[in-house]
Amino acid sequence: MSLAIRNLNKSFGGIMASSDVNLDIEENETHAIVGPNGSGKTTLIAQLSGIIVPDSGTIHFNGVDITRAPSHRHAHIGLARSFQITSVIMPMTLVENVMMAAQSVSGHSFRFWRPISLERDLRERAMQYLEDVGLKDVSGSEARAVSHGQRRQLEIAMALALNPRLLLLDEPMAGMGKRESGRIVELLAGLKGKMTMVLVEHDMDAVFALADTASVLVDGSIIATGPAAEVRANPEVQRAYLGDLHA
Amino acid sequence: MKPSAPRRVSWGVYGTLFLFLLAAPPVLVWADQPFYMDLLTRVLILSIAASSLNLILGYGGMISLGHAAFVGLGAYSVAIPSYYGIYSGYLHLGIAIAACVLFALVTGAICLRTRGVYFIMITLAFAQMLYFTFVSLEEYGADDGLLIYQRSEFSGLLNLENPGVLYYLAMGVLAGCLGLMNRLIHSRFGRVIVGIRHNEPRMQSLGYNTYRYKLACYAISGAMAGISGFLLGNFTYFISPEMMDWTRSGELIFMVVLGGTGVLLAPVAGTAVFLLLEEILSAFTVYWHLLFGGFLIAIVLFGRGGLHGLVEKLERRNHSR
Ligand SMILES: Nc1ncnc2c1ncn2[C@@H]1O[C@H](COP(=O)(O)OP(=O)(O)OP(=O)(O)O)[C@@H](O)[C@H]1O
Ligand SMILES: [Mg+2]
Repeated sequence: MSLAIRNLNKSFGGIMASSDVNLDIEENETHAIVGPNGSGKTTLIAQLSGIIVPDSGTIHFNGVDITRAPSHRHAHIGLARSFQITSVIMPMTLVENVMMAAQSVSGHSFRFWRPISLERDLRERAMQYLEDVGLKDVSGSEARAVSHGQRRQLEIAMALALNPRLLLLDEPMAGMGKRESGRIVELLAGLKGKMTMVLVEHDMDAVFALADTASVLVDGSIIATGPAAEVRANPEVQRAYLGDLHA
Repeated sequence: MKPSAPRRVSWGVYGTLFLFLLAAPPVLVWADQPFYMDLLTRVLILSIAASSLNLILGYGGMISLGHAAFVGLGAYSVAIPSYYGIYSGYLHLGIAIAACVLFALVTGAICLRTRGVYFIMITLAFAQMLYFTFVSLEEYGADDGLLIYQRSEFSGLLNLENPGVLYYLAMGVLAGCLGLMNRLIHSRFGRVIVGIRHNEPRMQSLGYNTYRYKLACYAISGAMAGISGFLLGNFTYFISPEMMDWTRSGELIFMVVLGGTGVLLAPVAGTAVFLLLEEILSAFTVYWHLLFGGFLIAIVLFGRGGLHGLVEKLERRNHSR
């Protein structure tokens, strides 16, 4: 078992963002989480990545309780995420951003003397991830100078550079053009089976092209979970979620 | 816009400043101008303090309103042993660094849990606590301070009583600190510090325990400021709690902002202009505070990025013509 979530609850004032969430995700499985706006998908990801502490319940990752672990610990035990709202280091170049991630998981950073420019392997690895997400040509541009879609691609490169065993992706394709999102779907399809992935996504075609299993969140509760095709066919899901979307 | 050409010109500005500082003492001795020699020595010593503040403020985004506390601690590290007849410069310097690192770690451990305006207020509060501690120490002169009768001794290696030796020592220490900072900000550690300044939550989720990195940076900066205080105590033969007052910390912030934050050499220019202008204006009119304040506001408002930013802007304009 890669990820085991038990009885997770989180409320903001009167809003139940997570309501008794139970979920098991197997090693190297790709699990999609779908649900209408405001149903608690991002809040769930935030709890899994240590940014929000749940009110009650537990989260185990590979048998280790990470419910209250600080977010900086996660990267080192193999858990990485991308943000729905792009969060990169704007005045740094794209390659510097990815190097920042690669540096984090290659030993400690209490090194005060050796210039980072001499760490060739960090740069090479960063360039490889940029190439994978299709940003090789703009690797030297500052993050604030590239398009919104390109920053979304950068998010993914940074998450991958942490070399995770569990990758949490919060609407990774949102805000990308058709060509870029096609490329990312292809990239994720290539990673499928090599690491555990939790994918929050609105684009149903992408979701069901990638996911082995899926869960549907409505008002903080999981109303259906199981193999992706079954979840898709579930009449309650059709009504509650898919119907809702096309209403 | 080609970024390479204008940069060479700003190197020219700093190079000129460097040569000027290097060549000044013999000229000033020859012209018998000890006053200006003193002024430039102060520029060098306070440049070290301003540069150390630049490390946390400019690179790390930690706006401390208590930085003068470190300078004061450094100066008391000379004054108090001297009061007991201990003049070893090695010991003074050792105490200065140890005391500042300790003070930085203890206070930083608390301030760095806060952010923004809270951080500013808590650094201020700790510095004022230290200020009042020294005000209450009757043994060490309370708010009258302590006279330092003799400058630190370096086993006959350096005679600090010679103004030229103290001057070049200050210059050497400044160069050393800047060299060290230059290595630091391009190292792994430095990149993390800069990353934290721009997006701390993101750095955390990338796996950095940002608190520890900031604390280490805070201690390094405090130690550098302590060294500057060691030199300042020697230079003025005197220390009083007033040196730790928050207005002194405010002046240090101004020197950094005036020069340009987050630019390695800019605080040296900021300190030089700050002290020279203070001198010139106060000789020229009794209302100099007003003029000085006006000038500082103008620089901050119109020259975003301080004097460094201003020079760069002019260069760019010349270049595009
Ligand atoms: N920090 C917060 N403070 C107060 N309420 C919050 C906070 N974060 C989320 N919420 C609320 O919790 C609910 C779940 O929000 P969440 O962002 O998890 O939804 P989501 O499924 O990711 O939505 P979307 O599809 O729009 O991204 C919403 O009603 C939201 O308004
Ligand atoms: Mg969301």
